Amino acid sequence: MDASLEVSGLAYAYPDGTQALFGVTTSVRRGERVALLGPNGAGKTTLVLHLNGILHGGAGTVRVGGMPVDPSDKKALKEIRRRVGVVFQDPDDQLFMPTAREDVAFGPANLGLRGAALERRVEEALERVGMAEFADRAPQHLSFGQRRRVAVATVLAMEPEILVLDEPSSNLDPASRRELAEILLSLDVTILMVTHDLPYAAQLCPRSLILSGGVIAADGPTLELLADAELMAAHRLELPFGFIPQALSGA
Amino acid sequence: MGAGHAHALYVRRDSVVHRLPPHCKIVATVGFVLAVAITPRHEVWAFAAYALLLAGVTVVARIPFGTVLRRMVIEIPFVAFAFFLPFVARGERVEVLGLALSVDGLWGAFGILAKGTLGVVASILLAATTEPRTLLLGVERLGLPPLLTQIATFMFRYLDVVADELRRMRIARAARGFEARDLRDAKVLARSLGALFLRCFERGERVHLAMLSRGYDGAMPVLAEVGASRRQWALSAALPAAAGLVAAAAWMAVWTLR
Repeated sequence: MDASLEVSGLAYAYPDGTQALFGVTTSVRRGERVALLGPNGAGKTTLVLHLNGILHGGAGTVRVGGMPVDPSDKKALKEIRRRVGVVFQDPDDQLFMPTAREDVAFGPANLGLRGAALERRVEEALERVGMAEFADRAPQHLSFGQRRRVAVATVLAMEPEILVLDEPSSNLDPASRRELAEILLSLDVTILMVTHDLPYAAQLCPRSLILSGGVIAADGPTLELLADAELMAAHRLELPFGFIPQALSGA
Repeated sequence: MGAGHAHALYVRRDSVVHRLPPHCKIVATVGFVLAVAITPRHEVWAFAAYALLLAGVTVVARIPFGTVLRRMVIEIPFVAFAFFLPFVARGERVEVLGLALSVDGLWGAFGILAKGTLGVVASILLAATTEPRTLLLGVERLGLPPLLTQIATFMFRYLDVVADELRRMRIARAARGFEARDLRDAKVLARSLGALFLRCFERGERVHLAMLSRGYDGAMPVLAEVGASRRQWALSAALPAAAGLVAAAAWMAVWTLR
């Protein structure tokens, strides 16, 4: 099987003793778009931070494109962080350089790219999120939706094996939310999307995982999971008013 | 969102001065200020010459004189001291408008005022013609440790974000009927500052995570190489060189007339 991401038996407790993950096992095929759903405190962020080796030290393994995440091997870790592109929730955390262009260049430059190759990579990434004309703007002079798109570009510029998005639709107005969805659908890349926005998951991700209480509680086609009222209620997941997944699946 | 006040000092123009590499301009500014500082204060014509030099730079850089004048206001608290000198200094007195003023004090006041003003104007011109971030590249180029310039760069980037948070907190306070009236309200403001500090601290952690996620290993990649050609160095040396000549001439005048 051609897997972008394999997680097996992953368990983790924070230094203060709070156990966040109790043996998570799953895998994501190359090119798949998967939503990671779950209530607050289910361990979603903890799982994300394991994918690129920022958190470690518990049990279990994570493999990205066949390569094990091993935090003690600095060189391998750099490659892992190229392969796993994490887009954080607050674009102000992600965009720390003076201009959008420099921010997008930060990742590939850390990979050793320079000169024309670097420029091309930056242009291309900004092009893919439709932000090429704003390359020389300072992040604080972009709208929130534009900043989120640049944040996606910063990660795309590293040509990741898998794109991990933490709450991509949060704080976006409906138009920006739709624009981002169009951009994400146009990308030819594996996506793992952490979200509370269930209609967004239904729109973008054919498959969903429900993480609850530190384990994968369900794994299946998004619309089927969303239509399972009992399952949803058991994991504090609720559909917004008026959203009927059955209508979308045509059942 | 952010008002972008961090850019407020920069005046966007296309001029020779704007195009000069930042480190050349920093060296030129420091050189000019040094020449002004060592000039004997009794040679009034020398300061007039310096002022003319700066006026020349202002014209070449296409900065409106009004802008420079308005920004000079920042100098006032620093030179206030100079105005006291004629009253408090000892020695020979001179009658001005019925006040007995110290001659030494008057010269001292003139020296501080003239040198201070010239230094301030030189810095205003540097800031007006150089974007803050290239200024940082310039000082790094001149040997300031990268760690310090990194800190300054982040400060520059997040100033607006933090100011925004501060404003939101103020609005939240005001929305619940709080208005700072006297010293007793300091407690509330101090708590707000504490909360702001915590938020900044947490943001710092998140930014660091984001940097690590994109392969940060302690060194910022050099993205813009700010090299300077010999011509650019020569061009930016014009101001300090001219100022140096003026200073030398002033000292010559002092020695030969003695």
